[in-house]
Amino acid sequence: MTAQPDEPADLALRIRALSKRFGAKQVLSGIDLDIRRGEFVALLGPSGTGKTTLLRILAGLELPDEGTVLAAPRRTTVYQEPRLVQARRVLANVTLGLPAARGRAARDALAEVGLEGYERHWPATLSGGEAQRVALARALVRDPELLLLDEPFAALDALTRLQMQELVAELCERHRPAVVLVTHDVEEAVRLADRVVVLREGGFAVDRPIDLPHPRDRDDPAFAEHRRLFLAHLGVAVSR
Amino acid sequence: MTLETTHHDTNPDNDTGQGGGSGGGVGGTPDVAVSPRLEGWGVGAQRLAEPEHLGKRRRHPGLSVVLRVSVPSLLLAAWWVGSAGGGIPADVLAHPASVVGALRELVATGQFGDYVAASAVRAGLGVLLGGGVGLVLGVVAGLSALGEELVDPTMQMKRAVPFLALVPLFISWFGVGETFKVLLIAVASAGPMYAYSYLGVRGVDRKVVEAARGFGLKGFGLAFGVIIPSALPSILMALRICLSVALTGLIAAEQIGATEGIGYLVTLAQQYYRSDYMVLCILIYAVLGLAIDLAIRGVERLAMPWRSHVAAR
Repeated sequence: MTAQPDEPADLALRIRALSKRFGAKQVLSGIDLDIRRGEFVALLGPSGTGKTTLLRILAGLELPDEGTVLAAPRRTTVYQEPRLVQARRVLANVTLGLPAARGRAARDALAEVGLEGYERHWPATLSGGEAQRVALARALVRDPELLLLDEPFAALDALTRLQMQELVAELCERHRPAVVLVTHDVEEAVRLADRVVVLREGGFAVDRPIDLPHPRDRDDPAFAEHRRLFLAHLGVAVSR
Repeated sequence: MTLETTHHDTNPDNDTGQGGGSGGGVGGTPDVAVSPRLEGWGVGAQRLAEPEHLGKRRRHPGLSVVLRVSVPSLLLAAWWVGSAGGGIPADVLAHPASVVGALRELVATGQFGDYVAASAVRAGLGVLLGGGVGLVLGVVAGLSALGEELVDPTMQMKRAVPFLALVPLFISWFGVGETFKVLLIAVASAGPMYAYSYLGVRGVDRKVVEAARGFGLKGFGLAFGVIIPSALPSILMALRICLSVALTGLIAAEQIGATEGIGYLVTLAQQYYRSDYMVLCILIYAVLGLAIDLAIRGVERLAMPWRSHVAAR
């Protein structure tokens, strides 16, 4: 991956004219997207619009049909399910694929997600929220420049989801990776992201910065205005 | 049901007092303080009760041992009583006492230990060799499409050939010595190990494998870090089957060119028509089967510690 002449140094991701089709269905048609380093972008869209496909392309799990993707090399993914190896202990799951010398960093990452002392637990003994925090630690320990989050809170209960959103906001604030968060929760997107992109019928319907200070208050009229606008773009009308 | 809805309107302090199993004040328990709102609900309302336990009940561990031993013990007792009472003629099934006598004789001459050891070495080497090859082929076929295309058709054909059909060919190639015996058992145990480890590897959660690839694992790291540990239940199942196939293989292998071994003992018993030795051989196999089962259970417990926390039974 050689640097393009027109590639600004502060980009973590550059997508140009990206297309992907599955059979007769055109999922993504000619998408352009730039994400700066440290920028938190939420990708909204109704199901089946190719949000997850786009993320999987960024993660290297799918190949695009056309177009170019230039992404920061140190990237890592957190999925909707924790995807832990049941046969390995929590610490081994966090250091998966890393040299053993990173054990110290893995312990720190576990402590950072609030799972200090869980190193020798088995994944099957964890609650859903704990397992997802292990997945987060596993991503964190790799010190990603680009963090890909594929609906990481969707399978959690409402209370745990709020705590996890808080945790992710804190961690991103501290480590400043570029983030792509795929979600269909508008509130989550407005709460966490610096910028929200709505994907619809293979292209971007909206690309809009959220310039509210953190932590964001969902009762703030500006917050509600963002939410209303994105919901309208998703085809959901909400009275003010 | 009805109690629950009224509780919303009562003082929360009262609420906890009533909810704590004291009966909710209905159905004739006037000693419990009842809030005025509740009194109208007395008819038909049920007392609160501890929920019925639907989970696993704790059993005394001793009971399990007794139950496990009971059926074999009953069979032994029936055999003993039947033989002693003359219900079972000695030429149909030897008397237990004469079987014990035969065992004593073998132990006294030292042959028992030698035979068991000789058979164990042959079976062990055969399973190690055949199981090892089967495991490697199964994992390769399970992991890669290329491996599957190269390995699977041949292994499926091999599986259709009964290993006993190979005896004449193997004797002509290797003679009747140890090589022939070990290789026969190896061929017999490669099949089940291949099939089960292939299945086990294919059964590993693709999503976990995909995630691991995303974290940069490939090749050996992926196989030994993620896939083989996850496939371990199937692989140990295969080991169990390999060992019992090896016992079968021993009979065929030790019929020819052997001077010791359990299979040799079977052949001797047949040649000299000693029904006490015939029964003794069966008992030795039964005890070996039990020992193998216990050993594998132990290995499973050691090799798959994550399961003991979650096994639903």
